[in-house]
Amino acid sequence: MNPDVVKQLSIHAYQIRKGAVTAVFSAKSGHPGGSLSVADILTYLYFHEMNIDPANPHMEDRDRFVLSKGHCAPALYATLAERGYFSKDELTGLRHYGKLLQGHPDMKTIPGVDMSTGSLGQGVSTACGIALSTKLRNKDYRVYSVLGDGEIEEGQVWEAAMFASHYKLDNLCIFVDNNGLQIDGPISTVCSPEPIPDKFKAFGFHVIEINAHDYNEIEAAVEEAKKTKGQPTAIIAHSVKGKGVSFMENNPAWHGAAPNAEQYEQAMKDLDGHLAELEG
Amino acid sequence: MADVIKKATRESYGEALAELGAEYPQLVVLDADLSKSTKTDVFKKKFPERFINCGIAEANMMSIAAGLSSTGMIPFASSFAMFAAGRAFEQVRNSIGYPHLNVKIGATHAGISVGEDGATHQCCEDIALMRSIPGMVILNPADHVEAKAAVRAAVEYNGPVYLRFGRLAVPVFNDPETYKFEIGKGVTLRDGNDVTIIATGLMVWEAIKAADQLKEQGIHARVINIHTIKPFDKELVVKAAKETGVVVTVEEHSVIGGLGEAVSSAICEEGVACGVVKIGVQDRFGVSGPAVEVLKAFGLDSENVVSVVKDAMKKFKA
Repeated sequence: MNPDVVKQLSIHAYQIRKGAVTAVFSAKSGHPGGSLSVADILTYLYFHEMNIDPANPHMEDRDRFVLSKGHCAPALYATLAERGYFSKDELTGLRHYGKLLQGHPDMKTIPGVDMSTGSLGQGVSTACGIALSTKLRNKDYRVYSVLGDGEIEEGQVWEAAMFASHYKLDNLCIFVDNNGLQIDGPISTVCSPEPIPDKFKAFGFHVIEINAHDYNEIEAAVEEAKKTKGQPTAIIAHSVKGKGVSFMENNPAWHGAAPNAEQYEQAMKDLDGHLAELEG
Repeated sequence: MADVIKKATRESYGEALAELGAEYPQLVVLDADLSKSTKTDVFKKKFPERFINCGIAEANMMSIAAGLSSTGMIPFASSFAMFAAGRAFEQVRNSIGYPHLNVKIGATHAGISVGEDGATHQCCEDIALMRSIPGMVILNPADHVEAKAAVRAAVEYNGPVYLRFGRLAVPVFNDPETYKFEIGKGVTLRDGNDVTIIATGLMVWEAIKAADQLKEQGIHARVINIHTIKPFDKELVVKAAKETGVVVTVEEHSVIGGLGEAVSSAICEEGVACGVVKIGVQDRFGVSGPAVEVLKAFGLDSENVVSVVKDAMKKFKA
């Protein structure tokens, strides 16, 4: 990938991180850790990959995205705002009564949200349904979905995996945001879903492992998924929970907690520092 | 009555899907390895490319249906009531109900008339569960004619619909030539001002038989078929309560959260002085046995309806 493109995407990603943390700070609740880890994947999809039109969010043959780990809505909302689906001013209304942005994605009211999610395990199944519909109607758009690595402890994920493989949904590409942490601690200590790549392989997926924060690796994996026929692709994306905010990185305490004013100031300082470095 | 034709409403479901499949190219049918029992195999034979077997994974099936509908298809997700409404409740609520997607849930083998399979498969809680989901339409047809009409109405309606069908063959009493089905509108099957029997699903026929027996004893019972549990025909029910003063409800479902409670609420909310007695599954699990025997043991037959009606009239009209 052209270094200028990488730089531009990285700038978007840090703006998205700022938006997500600001939204969580304004809401005094929400999920910053996983929002920060997934930001580069969302940036790549919404700014480089997917065929979408923010002016026409319901465009018939658009590519679809389902945030199966719906609690990372702050990142999705910040991405949609950064991409122009709605004003960035909406972000400070996150989780506020009477405002646009619900605690978890709501397809009925929020422009750009392709599926309501929040209850873990269900989003990936709906993505399978969309991918199947695409095939039944001989359309050629693609369906992307991001799952959490804790989320895959849900049995429904494996029902969906079996289904995607059985119906050869090669237009489906899922990411597992593998930051290694869930609410109660490291995934390996809570009720380990490891080894994740082996499980998806056993379920009939084409599996690719990448660094979730490297755009060249994301691009290579997404292109490989497009070329993979007859089976769905799972991209196991090794990520850093809390990526970009020094005190949130790799700390499960930031799975579902909002920063206080002082912490928020520090977070913005960190993220602005990354931006300055990029733009420098 | 000896020559009355009997047919299970699950058969009507399969037939209706096969007919509607020709009219609606966007109609797809999903099943969870029960197509021979739910009768979706009738559709599968005609439209194999639009039949999706999800395997024994009802939770996934409901969310798959949600994804399909988000792109404009009309999915019918089929399983036994126990698994459609019970096991997959949360998927129905969050994947289908909350986004108000155009998914139809075809739930067969509802109630205790499942018979031999026993309590694990006799779902008497599905109406209660589905009633609690905002915006969910619940259709519980009484016979073959009504069941086919209900499936058509569900396709024509845009939004989530839960359809309840039975395993047991039951009399076909509606006339296919004249019967008109309207979502949310109860049907008065017998006129009378002494008492009202309000029934739903397979119990409607038992209510009709009971009314005919009561008539021979000089009691004129009004019989109302509530085929749509939600939205509920409050107007028809309240009018009957005012005019007859005693209501007996009959449902093959728990008396908790079903038709009887919907009727009681409607009557109380309007301040009508009217006694309500609920015939249904009385806060207990089902049991194995031939369907007709089990129904009788649970008081879900015309003889018990007659007896309960007479007791209710004594209690509330003395």
